[in-house]
Amino acid sequence: MLRKLWPYARPYRFYIAAGILCSACEAVFELLIPLVMSDIVDVGIATGDVNYIMKKGLLMVFMAVISLVFGVGAAAISARAGQGFGANIRRAEYEHIQEFAFSNIEKFSTASLVTRLTNDVNNLQMTLTMAMRIMVRSPVMLVSALVLSLRISLQLSAVFAVSIPLLAVLISLILVKVGPVFRSLQEKTDGLNLVVQENLTGIRVVKSFVREEYEEQKFAVRNEDLKKTSQKAFGTVVINMPMMMLIVYATMIAVMWFGGHMVHAGTMDTGKLMTYFTYIMQIMMSLMMVSMIFMMLTRSIACAKRVIEVLDEVPAIGNELAEEGAEVKDGSIEFENVSFKYRQENPAWILQDVNIKIASGQTVGILGGTGSGKTSLVSLIPRLYEAQQGTVKVGGRPVTDYTTEHLRDAVSMVLQKNTLFSGSIRENLKWGDPNATEEQLWSACRAACADEFLERMPDGLDTGLGQGGVNVSGGQKQRLCIARAILKQPKVLILDDSTSAVDTATDAKIREAFANELKDTTKIIIAQRVTSVMDADLILVMDGGRVVAQGTHAQLMDSCAIYREVYESQQEGVSIDG
Amino acid sequence: MAEQRHPGPRGPRGGPGPRGGFQKPKDLKTTIRKLFGYLGRYRVHLCLVVILLVLSSACTVGGSYLLKPLINDYIVPGDFPGLARMLCVMAAVYATGALCSFGYARIMVHVSQNTVAKIRADLFDKMQELPLKFFDTHTHGELMSRFTNDIETVSEALNNSFGNLVSSSLNFVGTILMMLVLSPALTLVTFGMMGVMLFVVKTIGGRSRRYFAAQQKTLGEVNGYIEEMIEGQKVIKVFNHEPEAKAGFNSRNTAYRDAAINAHTYAGAMMPAMGNLGYVNYALTCCIGALLAIRSGDLGGLAAFLQYSRQVSQPITQISQQMNTILSAVAGAERIFEIMETEPETDEGKVTLVRVTEDRQGNLTEAQFDTGAWAWKKPEGELVPLRGDVRFDHVVFGYDERKTVLHDISLYAKPGQKIAFVGSTGAGKTTITNLINRFYEIQSGTITYDGIDVREIEKDSLRRSLGVVLQDTHLFTGTVADNIRYGRLDATDEEVEAAAQLAGADAFIRQLPNGYQTQLSGDGGNLSQGERQLLNIARAACANPPVLILDEATSSIDTRTEKIIERGMDALMSGRTVFVIAHRLSTVRNSQAIMVLEQGEIIERGDHDDLIAQSGRYYQLYTGQLELD
Repeated sequence: MLRKLWPYARPYRFYIAAGILCSACEAVFELLIPLVMSDIVDVGIATGDVNYIMKKGLLMVFMAVISLVFGVGAAAISARAGQGFGANIRRAEYEHIQEFAFSNIEKFSTASLVTRLTNDVNNLQMTLTMAMRIMVRSPVMLVSALVLSLRISLQLSAVFAVSIPLLAVLISLILVKVGPVFRSLQEKTDGLNLVVQENLTGIRVVKSFVREEYEEQKFAVRNEDLKKTSQKAFGTVVINMPMMMLIVYATMIAVMWFGGHMVHAGTMDTGKLMTYFTYIMQIMMSLMMVSMIFMMLTRSIACAKRVIEVLDEVPAIGNELAEEGAEVKDGSIEFENVSFKYRQENPAWILQDVNIKIASGQTVGILGGTGSGKTSLVSLIPRLYEAQQGTVKVGGRPVTDYTTEHLRDAVSMVLQKNTLFSGSIRENLKWGDPNATEEQLWSACRAACADEFLERMPDGLDTGLGQGGVNVSGGQKQRLCIARAILKQPKVLILDDSTSAVDTATDAKIREAFANELKDTTKIIIAQRVTSVMDADLILVMDGGRVVAQGTHAQLMDSCAIYREVYESQQEGVSIDG
Repeated sequence: MAEQRHPGPRGPRGGPGPRGGFQKPKDLKTTIRKLFGYLGRYRVHLCLVVILLVLSSACTVGGSYLLKPLINDYIVPGDFPGLARMLCVMAAVYATGALCSFGYARIMVHVSQNTVAKIRADLFDKMQELPLKFFDTHTHGELMSRFTNDIETVSEALNNSFGNLVSSSLNFVGTILMMLVLSPALTLVTFGMMGVMLFVVKTIGGRSRRYFAAQQKTLGEVNGYIEEMIEGQKVIKVFNHEPEAKAGFNSRNTAYRDAAINAHTYAGAMMPAMGNLGYVNYALTCCIGALLAIRSGDLGGLAAFLQYSRQVSQPITQISQQMNTILSAVAGAERIFEIMETEPETDEGKVTLVRVTEDRQGNLTEAQFDTGAWAWKKPEGELVPLRGDVRFDHVVFGYDERKTVLHDISLYAKPGQKIAFVGSTGAGKTTITNLINRFYEIQSGTITYDGIDVREIEKDSLRRSLGVVLQDTHLFTGTVADNIRYGRLDATDEEVEAAAQLAGADAFIRQLPNGYQTQLSGDGGNLSQGERQLLNIARAACANPPVLILDEATSSIDTRTEKIIERGMDALMSGRTVFVIAHRLSTVRNSQAIMVLEQGEIIERGDHDDLIAQSGRYYQLYTGQLELD
C-alpha cells in the first residue's frame, strides 16, 4: 500500500525528510533538558554554586527555545508535506477518473466516487500531517528516553525488560481487536448514511405511500447497529489508557523501591533518581501517542484502500489500438455482427448480432420498446462502451482505430439523462466549441429552437444556470443540450430521446433545421413518436436487442407489423380532425 | 416547475468537511441546556462520571505529592520498611486512579453513544414529519451533513472532550493548589509563565481559527466542484471536456492546499509552542527553586514541585484544544436542534380511512380485512363511502407566498372517472396533485374529498387513499421485489408478480440476472429510464389504491408498452378515480375529462371530442400548432 501511495508523496520527500529531522531534533532537545536539570540539582545545589545554577538554567531556556523553533518548523513543514500529498492524491485520483469509461463509473457509482475523492483523501492527508510529527517524535522520545535511563542505571532499567514487552503485547492485542471493529464501524456508518440519503431523495415517495414509520424502523435498525458497533469500538479503545497507566505506575513503584536501595547504598544520586522518573513519564507519554497513531492508522488504511481501488481501476476503454493522427473522415457508420452486454458476467445479451450500414449524411431513426437496446446501440458509436463481439465502424474504420478524443470530437451525442453545469448558458454552450463566436452560438441555438426562449430571458446567453440547470424547464434544457452538441460541428449527431419534453411542432422545426443546416452530418434520432422519425432515410426497429426491421417509413409500413402497430396506436384520433 | 423545486443531491457532500469548522454557536446557553436535556436520563451515570473523574484526578495529583515524603522521609534516611509501606499506599492510589479513569471512560462511551443514537433517531423521525416545503428549501448535502458531520462532532465532544475538560480543569486546580502548598514563591513564577502561555494560545489560536475558516471555504469549493463534475462525468466524456474539467479542479485543489497549509501550520505550532514554554517554565522554576533549596535544603519538595510544574502546562493546552471541539459540537448541535424545532406538517384531521363491507341495502360495516371497498370514518363514527369525488373550490396557492402559482382554481372530478391535466410546463399540473395529497397547504379556498375538507382528514389516511406514480423515478436499495412491495408491505410474492405483470414490468424483470431477487442500488444501476418507470408503476399497482395519480408516469416508455400498461391499469382502477398528467396527448386521450391548464388557470375542460370540437387550445396542441413547453 505504501508503495502505491509513495509516488504522490515523492515530490515532498525533502519536506518529509526535513520534517522528520526537525521533529527528531525537537524530541532530542526535550530529552536533554531534564539532564541539565539533574546537573542543577546534583552539582549546583549540592555545592551551593549559584553561578553554575544560573548558567545551567540559561542553557535550559536556550535549549527550550531551540526545541521550540524546531517544533514550529516541523509543524510548518509537515503541514506542507501533508496537504501537498493530499492535493497530489486528490488530483491523481480525479484525473484518473477522467480517464474512466462509462462502465468504470457505473462500477463505483457516482456517490461512492465523490466520497473517495473527498472524505477518504482528507483522512489520508490528515494522517500524514499528524503522523509525521507524532510518529517521529514518539519513537525518538521512546528510544532516547530508554537509552538515557539505561545510561543512568543499567541495573534499574532491568524493570523495563518486564514492563515494555508486557505493554507491547497488550497494545497489540487491543489493536488486533479494534481493527476489524473500526472497519465494520465504517461500513455501518455508510449503511446508515445510505438510508438517510435515499430517504431524502425519495421523500415524496415516502410521503405518498405513507411509509414514514417503515422508514423510521429501517433507520432504527441501522442506528442500533451503529450504536452497538461504536460502543464496542470505543469501549475497547478506552481500555488502552488506564491499562498503560497501570503498567507505567507499577514500573515507577518498582523503580522507587530498587532506586531507593541504590540511593541508600550510594550507587545513585537523588537527582538521578528524579530524572529517571521524568524519563518514565516520557516513555509513558510516547507509548500513548504511538498507540493513538496506530488507532488512527487502522482507520486510514480503510480509506487508503478505497482510494487505491480507484487508482488501480483500469479504464475499460483506452487508445491502445489507435493509430496516431487517424481522423474520422466522414459520418458513415457500420455495425458488423455486433453483440454487447454491460457486464461480462451478465447472462443475457443487450444487443445481439446487429448489422447496420448507414451512409454519411443520412438521417436515421430508431424506434423500439422499453429496454429493447436503443440507447445501448448508439452508445457504441462514440465508444462509450465496448462491444464484446463484432466491429463498429465510423468513417469506414473500426472505432478502436481512433483515439477517443478524435472519435468523440466527430461523434456528438445528446444523452438521455443530460446535464447542464453551473455557470452561464454561454459557458455551457461553449463546451461544444470553446472558440465559438456570438454568431455561431446563436445559429446553433436557432437550429435547436432555443433562440425563442433565450431572447425572452433578460440576460440572454449570460443567464446563469444553477447546478444541473435547475432554473430552466425540461424542454428548454433539452434544447440547450442539443445546441451544445451542434456546436461541435460533428460528423455524426446522436439524439437519444432528446426531444421528449419538446412539443411536436418544435420537434418538427428542429428536424427541419437539421436537414437544412447539417446536411453532411449523419443524424441518428431515437424517439418514441413515429412522427419524429417518419421522414428519416432509414428507420431501425429494435426489439429484444436485435434490429428486427429496417427501411423507410413506406417500406416498414408494408413489411413490419410492429412498426405498423406503433404507428397506428399513435395515429388514433388524429384522423378525427383529419 | 417540479424540476425547479427538486433541489437534488447537491451541495458539497458531507457538507462543511472535517470537524473543526470553528463555527461559533449563536446561543450557547440554550443549546447546552437542550443537550443536557438529552443527557438528563443519564443523570446517575453522569454523577458517577464526575465522582470518578474527581477521584482519578485526586489520585494523579496525590500520587505526585507522595514523592516528597517518599524521598525526604524514607529514601534519604534509608527507612526501607517505611518505604515499602509508602509504596503500597502509592500503588493503591495509582491503581485507584487508573481504575477510576477506566470507569469514567467506559461510562462516557455508554452515555455518549446512547445519547448520539437517540439524537440521530429523533432527528430522522422528525424529518419524516416535516413538510415538503422544508426539503425544497434545504439541499440534500446540507441535511446529510446534519447526520454526518454535526452528529459526529457532538459524539466526539461527548466521548472525549467532556471528560477531558472536566479532568483537565480538576488537574489544573489541583496542581495549582499543591504547588501553593509546596512553595508559594515558586508558584508565582509559574503564574507569570502562564500569562505568557495564555497570550500565545490567544494569538496562535486566533490566527489558526481565521485560516481554518479559509480552509473550510476552499474545501467546500473543491468538494462542490468534485460533486458537480463527477455527477456530470458522462457528459464530460461525450464532449472531450476532460482537460477543462482537470484545469477547473486543479485551481480549486491548489487554493485549498494553500489555505490548508496555513491553517495546519498554525494549528500544528500550538503543541510545540506550549510544550516548550512549559520547559522554559520548568527551567525558571529549576533555577529559582535551586537557589531556594540551597537555603532550605528541601530537595524532595523541589522534586515534587518540578513534577507539578511539568504537569501544569498540559491542562492549559488540553483545555484550549478541547474548547474548539466543544464549540464546534455546540454549533453542530444547534443546527440539529434547529431542524428538530421546525414546524412539522400540520395534521389536525380526525377522519380516517377504513375498509368496509357493503350489504344489499347499501349499509356500510367496518371490516378488518381487504374487501376492495373503502370508507371515510368520521370522528363520531359515521361512515362515508369513498368514491373519489375531489373538488377544488376557488383554490389559490403558491409555493412561495409572494408568487401565486394557482389562481382561483375550481374543478371537480366525478367519481370513477379518468381525469387528465394537460398544459405546458409551469402551468400547475403537478401542483394540483401535490395539493390533493396535501403536500403543501393552500392559501385560500377549499379542497374537498367526498364532501370532506381535506384538512379534516388524517394525513396518513388521505395519502393512503391516493396511489401516486411520480415524475422522478426513485428506487430504494434492495431487491426488485422489495421495491414493488414498498407499495404494500404485506404483499405476497404472487401479488408482487401480479403487480409487475399489470405494469408490464414482468418481462424485463425476468431477464435480470436474479429475476425478482436482483439487487438494485439506489440509483437503479443499469436499468433504463423506462424500466425504472415500469417499476414505479408496479409499486403503485401493488398498493392497489382507491384513487390513483399518474404524474408523467409513462414519459420514457414507448407507446406500445404504454398501451399495455394502460389496459392493465384501467382494469385495476375500473370504477375508481384516476388523475393523469401527461405531456403526450395520446396518453390522456381516452380520459373522461381533460383540463387544459395555462399559467395556473383552467382554460378548457371536457373530453377529447368536446375539446377537439371547441377548436381551442387543446385542438391547437393536438394538431401540433402550438408549442407545449
